[in-house]
Amino acid sequence: MVGQIFLALILAGIIGAVGGYLGSLMLTKRMALMGGALGHLTLPGVALALLYDFDVSLGAVLFLAFGVAMIWFLERKTQLHLEALTAVVFSGSLAVAFLFLPEEETDIALLGDISRITPATVFSTAAISLGLFWMIKSIYEDLILAGISPDLAQTAGADLKRNNTLYLICIAITVALGVRIVGGLMTAALLAIPACTAKNLSTSLGQYALISTLAGCLACLAGILVYAASDIPPGPAIIIASVILFLVSVFKPFALSFH
Amino acid sequence: MTNDNKVLEVSNLHMSYDGQAIIEGLTFSMAQRDILIVLGPNGAGKTTLLRGLLNLLPYQGSVIWHARKIGYLPPQESLQRQGLPPLQLAEFFHFKTHDTGSIKAMLSDVGLDDSFLSRQFNELSTGQFQRMMIAWSLLDNPDVLILDEPTSGIDIGGEETIYSLLHKFWQKQNLTMLLVTHDLHVVWEYATQVLCLNRQQMCMGKPDEVLTLEQLKQLYGTGIKFYQHRHG
Repeated sequence: MVGQIFLALILAGIIGAVGGYLGSLMLTKRMALMGGALGHLTLPGVALALLYDFDVSLGAVLFLAFGVAMIWFLERKTQLHLEALTAVVFSGSLAVAFLFLPEEETDIALLGDISRITPATVFSTAAISLGLFWMIKSIYEDLILAGISPDLAQTAGADLKRNNTLYLICIAITVALGVRIVGGLMTAALLAIPACTAKNLSTSLGQYALISTLAGCLACLAGILVYAASDIPPGPAIIIASVILFLVSVFKPFALSFH
Repeated sequence: MTNDNKVLEVSNLHMSYDGQAIIEGLTFSMAQRDILIVLGPNGAGKTTLLRGLLNLLPYQGSVIWHARKIGYLPPQESLQRQGLPPLQLAEFFHFKTHDTGSIKAMLSDVGLDDSFLSRQFNELSTGQFQRMMIAWSLLDNPDVLILDEPTSGIDIGGEETIYSLLHKFWQKQNLTMLLVTHDLHVVWEYATQVLCLNRQQMCMGKPDEVLTLEQLKQLYGTGIKFYQHRHG
């Protein structure tokens, strides 16, 4: 059990940090809730993974790819907005997931599970996360500049099509990793809350990205420790820890140290 | 004008949006050290033209640049200043270079001191913001600077400051400028070439040769008054 908790702490800390770092960009682009929609898209994949006993992140990423392709196809075939199509596809995914999700596994799919983590899972997650950090860092400044003005970014040399594709890939992979620890319902929180906390506490972009990363990591570590000491599932424990950090940032008892 | 000193050659340029023609058959060129002002009423296609020349929009025809580096300053109202993460000006300038010396020198050239580097991107007044953006556009030493209504939203005093600042940079550096404005006074004061645009090319040449009252009436419709500025 102690070994399992130790593995969970490493895994959740890494995923929390990546989620926080990426979330700081999603808040900039006002796409924080996109993580939630994508989280729902993963659920049929998670259900299949639980049914046939393979890795939930693998199931999640397969269905994410399928869902994103569906949205892309429908956007080309109709005049509907991306947000409307995302709502259609993610609601459908949720319903499909419940068709064949084993009842006893529902909690795991919706709220996360860390009881099946192996050292190999931690190692592969760490390797993927390193890649994600590198990829996010490589597009970070260009995306901030594109948030100010896409024309300004392009004339300054940014390749927006490439950056947006990399950005969506990063979101999809991070959501697929996050589903394991917080479940399919709460991935938006994993991405959005640390960035909100960081925005309250920082006065520069560097601080903002760092605090968002640390807040995501810290919330995940605290959530796993609460899970270990109680019966609270890891997903809700992590998100509540993240909300508490956010509330602390609102009242800023230590704000002076940052200003 | 010889081919050697041409910076931009545009020929038979057509642009459209949703099947509707916005620019029809423009042909013009710009030489080194020109200040070419694009003049025209609202909806004439001025911004579309600039975005086409910068390859930000698709076009038919030919656009050939003979420039090393092109700087662009979009209209101020199209720049997002709110709802961004915290962003100090120093960090914004670091998107282009980490050479603090040249950043400080450029800021000083636009009349902003070093203390602005720690200011937030969304904290500046409209005039300060535009001067800061001019510094940002010129930081990597472009040989062409394209500006779209650089003084929109700025009061008359501030407007004069922006144009005299741009003129100072034009004199100091080997700069060619292409800008869009509604302000005829600016055309008389600073332009070496003027392009009158209302979807089609209505005139092209030196302002005192092509900007006649008849031409302006044709461009803007009746009701325009004509106060030609004479250089001393």
